[in-house]
Amino acid sequence: MTVSAQVPASSQPVATARPRLRWSEMSGLARREAIEGYLFLLPNIVAFFVFLAGPMLAAVYFAFTNYDLTWPPRFTFLENFQVMFNNDLFWQVFGQTFYWAFGMVPATIVLALGLALMINREMRGVLTYRLVYFIPHVTLSVAASIVWLWVYHPEVGFLNLLLGYVGIDGPQWLLNRRTAMPSLILMGWWKSVGFAMLIFLAGLQGIPAELYEAAVMDGANPRQRFWSITVPMLSPAIFFVMVTSIIGAFQGFDVFYLMTRGGPANVTTTMVLHIYNNGFLYLKMGFASAMAMVLFATIMIFTLGQWVYARNWVHGFAD
Amino acid sequence: MAVKQETLQPARKLEAVGQDGMSKSSAKRVGDLFTHLILAAGSIVMVGPFAWMLSSSFKTQYEIYKFPPTLIPESIQWINYLVVFEQTALGRYVGNSMFVSLSVTLGVLLTSSLAGYSFSRLNFPGRDKIFLMYLGTMMIPGAILLIPSFVLMRTFNWIDTYYALIVPGVVSAWGTFLMRQFMMSIPRELEDAAYIDGATRLRIYWTVILPVSKPVIATLAIFTFMGVWNELLWPVIILRSPEKFTLPMGLAKFQSRFPNRTPWHLIMAASTLSVLPILFLFMAGQKYYVQGIVTTGLKG
Repeated sequence: MTVSAQVPASSQPVATARPRLRWSEMSGLARREAIEGYLFLLPNIVAFFVFLAGPMLAAVYFAFTNYDLTWPPRFTFLENFQVMFNNDLFWQVFGQTFYWAFGMVPATIVLALGLALMINREMRGVLTYRLVYFIPHVTLSVAASIVWLWVYHPEVGFLNLLLGYVGIDGPQWLLNRRTAMPSLILMGWWKSVGFAMLIFLAGLQGIPAELYEAAVMDGANPRQRFWSITVPMLSPAIFFVMVTSIIGAFQGFDVFYLMTRGGPANVTTTMVLHIYNNGFLYLKMGFASAMAMVLFATIMIFTLGQWVYARNWVHGFAD
Repeated sequence: MAVKQETLQPARKLEAVGQDGMSKSSAKRVGDLFTHLILAAGSIVMVGPFAWMLSSSFKTQYEIYKFPPTLIPESIQWINYLVVFEQTALGRYVGNSMFVSLSVTLGVLLTSSLAGYSFSRLNFPGRDKIFLMYLGTMMIPGAILLIPSFVLMRTFNWIDTYYALIVPGVVSAWGTFLMRQFMMSIPRELEDAAYIDGATRLRIYWTVILPVSKPVIATLAIFTFMGVWNELLWPVIILRSPEKFTLPMGLAKFQSRFPNRTPWHLIMAASTLSVLPILFLFMAGQKYYVQGIVTTGLKG
């Protein structure tokens, strides 16, 4: 939810332009207000430090230790990172995470954009379509995985049955090294397209109709209207979906854990599954933490990169 | 809010201006038909797996493997659902998930609304700095908290307890942000009147601010509830005893219990049952869900 940091225009701060508060210069009433302000914040802020800020610092610390849950952590400097960067499996997993993220996100965005444009018409049934396309997103990932395990089942699976009708002998989708990841990506499109679509739909409905009217007056054809009105006006929504989807995709876990356990031959092991395996199966907490740091850095680089590049294409981003 | 589901402004205006050559209505009709065809084909792909799941959940084990497959079961096997309830602790898992999800949701609503009130209505030194710090943590991926949070839970002796599932979940930077943004837009006059009458701030929060914040409370509640209900990784790390399993874990366990002869009809019945509660919740709260997405997604 990174992009949300900016304040919506509709709800500008009630008291923006106020002088800097200093305890010594405050009146009794103001002090009372301040104390109450802190008290209202207290439950939240205690939990914030104990369960968010604290663990974040601990994560950095563990990354430089050999913590294994049994013995107290010993500081090992960059050893974890050295081991990691010299490990072939790590690089394989790292690459596969990119494969997953970039297999998922761009295609989902294009599909969702197409769907949103089609659903954003005045015709019957748009609400039903919206619901239908969104259902996979709200389904338990376990239930979705079970159904898709069956869709991909080599013998009784739905997909191979269909292919059988046209005379194709389908592969063992999830058991084949070449098809396993693409199969999961295909399922990923199915699961996540509705979410992006919903955001685009909301964005489309926020575009003032006058813009289109003016463009038509000027003789712009549908293609020109799409590229010079729809896309720029929708760019903040596209940007939001891009940033959050990439962050989410880099942290994918459920489908890999449930459907393939990272196999066959580790071809569907991604970063978070690898962190889980190392940390909680092999109890290499320090090493897993170091890997989490690499994941964190990767996500940060991508988020900041998109942020920097955004001023070139996202409408109204400069402020 | 930008979502007006019924008024699809841009599209209609576009059609009204019309294309030259064809008459407006027939051009639109052809376009509509074309759009319907594509969307309907897509809908089959989206709902297909669920339809298959539902249909299979009513079949006999024999019929599942029948070729060619049937979409409508030969005879409806309600007994599958009974067997699922008898052979698994599905009811128990649902109860567990309900308890955990409701507790976290209530906790998040309380801490977020209190903090949101403080951030939006009260002045105190360091307020905006603290808020910025909250915003900063929203950018940090949850996956990096996994190990330190587990270690923390172990220090508290909370492994295999619901404390570990509930307590760390009750603080939400995103929820606090959402509440603050909404409360900023509540007019001052509303609380001024109560303040002049001598009401305390806690009372104003409870009797003035919370009642007008119902839409944002609904949004946050539905997001939190669904998030916790669907969560798999954290419960997998924390819980050990099968009787404490949440629904996703229980379902995953049920599915992996049969290495060879998979009773797909029973697994599909269990999956169908697990999808229903969240589907109803989503349909009931769709409006608020969409609003939540729009508030956080589009204004940035």
